[in-house]
Amino acid sequence: MSVTSMSDNPAARALARRHRFQWWEVLPWLLGLAFYFAFPRYLAFGTDVLITILFAISLDLALGYAGIVTLGHAAFFGAGAYTVGMLAKNGIWTEPITLLILAGVVAGLVGLASGLVLLRTTGLTLLMLTLCTMGLLEESANMAADVTGGFDGLDSLPIKPIFGRFEFDVLYSSTQYLYVLAVALVCFVFVRTLVYSPFGHSLTGIRENTLRMHAVGAPVRWRLVLCYTISAAIAGVAGGLWAEANQYVNLSTLGLDRAATVLIILVLGGYGRLYGAMVGAIAYMVLEHFLSKAYPTAWQLGLGLLLMAIALFARGGILGIVEAFSRRRDRDRKP
Amino acid sequence: MTALLETRSLSMSFGALRATRDVTFALEEGARHALIGPNGAGKTTFVNLLSGVLGPSSGEVLFKGRDITKVEQAERVKLGIARTFQINRLFRGLSVLENVYMSIAERVGAAPDMLRPAGARRDVIDEAMELLTRLKLADIAHKTIPELPYGRQRLVELAITLGLKPQVLLLDEPAAGVPSAESHIILDAIDALPKSIGVLIIDHDMDLVFRFAKKITVLVRGAVFAEGSPKEIGANADVRAVYLGQAAHHG
Repeated sequence: MSVTSMSDNPAARALARRHRFQWWEVLPWLLGLAFYFAFPRYLAFGTDVLITILFAISLDLALGYAGIVTLGHAAFFGAGAYTVGMLAKNGIWTEPITLLILAGVVAGLVGLASGLVLLRTTGLTLLMLTLCTMGLLEESANMAADVTGGFDGLDSLPIKPIFGRFEFDVLYSSTQYLYVLAVALVCFVFVRTLVYSPFGHSLTGIRENTLRMHAVGAPVRWRLVLCYTISAAIAGVAGGLWAEANQYVNLSTLGLDRAATVLIILVLGGYGRLYGAMVGAIAYMVLEHFLSKAYPTAWQLGLGLLLMAIALFARGGILGIVEAFSRRRDRDRKP
Repeated sequence: MTALLETRSLSMSFGALRATRDVTFALEEGARHALIGPNGAGKTTFVNLLSGVLGPSSGEVLFKGRDITKVEQAERVKLGIARTFQINRLFRGLSVLENVYMSIAERVGAAPDMLRPAGARRDVIDEAMELLTRLKLADIAHKTIPELPYGRQRLVELAITLGLKPQVLLLDEPAAGVPSAESHIILDAIDALPKSIGVLIIDHDMDLVFRFAKKITVLVRGAVFAEGSPKEIGANADVRAVYLGQAAHHG
């Protein structure tokens, strides 16, 4: 068998090329930029969507790629948000970019510490333990009112301008929007690199068959802990962004509401697909907007029904449906 | 000469059930060794003890004379002990090539790499394609596991393990469920392995066992019942009584 015919194999070609950027991958970011010019009055909303997308991407790394079932990912979002909040409120550190790095480091450490314990378990046990971790953090933030502001949280955070020039304005979020867009892009490129790397490949291996990964000699637990730590750090960056953009932090950053919403977004968009986080977040926000207008009291009923339909008929979420259609089209093309 | 893989008085109990009883066993370098026995004889448990999926209740496992009783499964793989599973354990959502990439990437130490694309490791891809070509799987390398007939899935099961380039290969019923028209591909692949590696095969298929093995160990109720060349085992009246006579039951 000669080398040329081997790399001619469609499977080898596909694997060697799958990490290459496709033309359409620039679209979401162009859309993000277009939104800035088209809807200057909705930039606060847009900032919120971008942060949610970044948070969902962090969850996708753990849940979608490595198959770590978690219902407590807001623990890391909150850890990042409170890192920014407490450092800024007490005047210890107020430079936004370094604050963000600190938020990621602190959330990553929380992920590492909890992951070392939690990732010995799987399935329902793991699910409950992630929920408990988040509950513990939330209650700690509630109790330690002296440093965290308790139920009221911390407001009017004195965040310095970016590069000493671009001020955060709570009433007009143009700086926040571009800043969050840039940070989301950097984090996304990192996650994208990661999931297409051999390390990312081994994470999907753990998701697809943990027992076999042990049998091919992979240090499964360490891989999971590492993945969980990175995922937590990115969630922490998202939380830090939230605190900086809103200039406050409160218990909602740590709550089950946030953790559940991001999970719904990922299921809706399609987990383990990178772009599922984006599609899901936008779909969720749009649904929320229209359904809550049409049925202000019962809009979540519609969301629930949609989720049931996805769980029953379209496990891959919206992107899964798109993939199925494009596969069918490809099949029809070559008889 | 020290054996490649060895056990000394190895026992394993699950509560009151003694699945492995005082088994002393040696797999020599270059061995083509078969482990047979009636259903429930503890064959798979024994493989699990050898590969480190289970820790024994008592006794020792040695690799090239070194005690590895407490060594974890992943570590044993790094030492060169690899196995296949009686029931396929594959990465179902991935392509055949990606399945084999998994084990080769672990062996060559590519797997911890986070910052380079998996597709840039041409060495891993080329080696995987070479292996798949050898097992006549190259033309279906792009298919995912559920798209394959069972016989092909069995071959992928074997391919993943061969990607580890083991020194000790433990095959748990490699041809089980494979249509007889295709089982020769699996046997041919086993025949083509380097002569130096020690192979232990577990199977019910007597044709396969007698064709393949130079040495046979018979396990009955967790204990070694008989051991010898295929000729000796075939002629052993006791073995015939407990095992070969029942072969019809296993279909």
